[in-house]
Amino acid sequence: MYVYDGYDQTFLEERVAQFRDQVRRRLAGDLSEDEFKPLRLTNGLYLQLHAYMLRVAIPYGTLSAAQLRQLAHVARRYDKGFGHFTTRQNIQYHWMKLEQVPDALADLARVQMHGLQTSGNCIRNVTADHWAGVAADEIEDPRVYCEIVRQWSTLHPEFSFLPRKFKIAITGSPNDRAAVRVHDIGLRMHRNAEGEVGFEVMVGGGLGRTPIIARTIRDFLPKRHLLSYLEAILRVYNQLGRRDNIYKARIKILVHELGVAKMAEMVEAEWRSLKDGPLALPAEEIARIQAHFTPPVYPDSPVFTPEFDALRLSDAGFRRWLKVNVAPHRQLGYAIVTLSLKPEGGVPGDMTADQMDAVAALADRHSFGEVRVTHTQNLVLPHVRRADLPALWRGLSELGLATANIGQVTDIIACPGLDYCALANARSIPVAQRITQRFSDLARVHDIGELKIKISGCINACGHHHVGHIGILGVDKGGEEFYQITLGGSEDQNASLGAIVGPAVPNEVIVDAVQTVIETYLSLRRPQERFLDTYRRVGMAPFKERLYAAA
Amino acid sequence: MIKNKNLTGPQSVTANRLADGVVVFLTADSQWSPRVSDSAVAQDAATAAALMAIAGKAAADRIVVAPYLFEVGVEGVVVRPLSARESIRAKGPTVEEREPASLG
Ligand code: SF4
Repeated sequence: MYVYDGYDQTFLEERVAQFRDQVRRRLAGDLSEDEFKPLRLTNGLYLQLHAYMLRVAIPYGTLSAAQLRQLAHVARRYDKGFGHFTTRQNIQYHWMKLEQVPDALADLARVQMHGLQTSGNCIRNVTADHWAGVAADEIEDPRVYCEIVRQWSTLHPEFSFLPRKFKIAITGSPNDRAAVRVHDIGLRMHRNAEGEVGFEVMVGGGLGRTPIIARTIRDFLPKRHLLSYLEAILRVYNQLGRRDNIYKARIKILVHELGVAKMAEMVEAEWRSLKDGPLALPAEEIARIQAHFTPPVYPDSPVFTPEFDALRLSDAGFRRWLKVNVAPHRQLGYAIVTLSLKPEGGVPGDMTADQMDAVAALADRHSFGEVRVTHTQNLVLPHVRRADLPALWRGLSELGLATANIGQVTDIIACPGLDYCALANARSIPVAQRITQRFSDLARVHDIGELKIKISGCINACGHHHVGHIGILGVDKGGEEFYQITLGGSEDQNASLGAIVGPAVPNEVIVDAVQTVIETYLSLRRPQERFLDTYRRVGMAPFKERLYAAA
Repeated sequence: MIKNKNLTGPQSVTANRLADGVVVFLTADSQWSPRVSDSAVAQDAATAAALMAIAGKAAADRIVVAPYLFEVGVEGVVVRPLSARESIRAKGPTVEEREPASLG
């Protein structure tokens, strides 16, 4: 893991002291709310529907057990005993008190955590594949480059006041688990014909009011040019991005208006003046950062043990969990384990302080003290001996974190929605809860197979509904909650935007509507077809017919 | 933040307490209560403006932050918000609150 050096640590502590003073001045009346608001937002502190909300960055989704314990401590000491993991690999505390936030930030700084770059029109916390460094299909660990981008972008004077927020995601695998095509910049590592590793550069993706899939402006960028090329993109955007209209200010609109060829041409022109300058990354610098992400030394461990075999034969629950919550690790004898934060009736992404402490202990025992946060609002233990899987499964089951539903119908992404968010039109969480209750039978869930439902409480699309296989968007019709359904979205390497099925449906029938969509799929699917495959084969018509037949 | 300018029916004022963020409602005696039922209700635009003036002063005095008007229904002595948003704001999240420090 990247460990802060003295420079980073001092910087963080100075920032906490600075914010402490700003809060003091606000409470003493020396700063008005208008003056204070941008200062608190820079530190990740929002005023939400019910209270202050603190958003804490988890860079590239990687946490140490010690950091997770500190997150538990903050939840317990300053919040109501839980936290909420978000679709950007952050954690949010929904019940903070302004007067206590400096203390909470000081406690977080002790483990090198903070709320910087989680708000405002800057380059936000860079996200990555949550299986980075361990996935069997990975070419190179993308976190190395996330960290390089973090060091370059934190407090970058030129890019602290962009036209709008700016999100970057990096995947090091051909199978995209980081949704790079729905980011302002998406980077995919791959090998060129000479076998050299570099980046495919995609720009202008994003969800929200105007969802757009990112377009490739460069097929292959050598690693040493990463920062100069990003700087070139940001400069073009910073100059030409629409500051006059908040709805048109994201880079996706610029790319759309210029056309991708023109955008690429302008970036390349800007880049030519930058590429061999001080931003070029020498191999030694990459190696220096790489050293922080050296995988642990894995002692040999068997692929199967008698206990593992016996449990697999005797227990259908364990088999189901192995099938969807456990993934191949690049190291023989090890596995990647996903902890489901989507129990039946639960709040997607929520975790109690006690669960966090317990998971930190399990990470120490079974995963070299390391934990990951996924953009699908689950946690991952990245380095588990296969021989430990039975014990870990039992431990997680006791904590309510072993629901065998990863990638299945009940592994729902849901934004906070109207239960917490000041911008919401409708609630998201209760819809997710009701769907998990409707599909509580795991045998049925596994029969339905891979199916990604994503729910947003408003057009800002924090719940990524446009790229859900089934997307649900909350809308406000005369003060009442309605939900619009989209089908066929996907965020992986074959990204697509969902299409709207028809008129929005009222809150009372949204779960029935989801069930109708799923039953339609079941009646149409061919052997081995996932929901998305069937949808792509048959199109919208049969779903639409069934959904609106009664109306 | 919703700051409705075109509200017509009865209205009340809500805000968050500055220091701890708690949702509060302006009462008839110019205090701030965490209970929506304690809200002062303005039946007309002039009274609503007067309530907002009191709230503006409270914001300047650093008691509350971000005050705004919202529509209410009044039945006898019961005041309740009309929109889903404001009822959730008044009552808290509709999802089951986690028991602090409970497992599973
Ligand atoms: S999608 Fe809308 S309702 Fe949901 S968290 Fe984002 S802004 Fe709030």
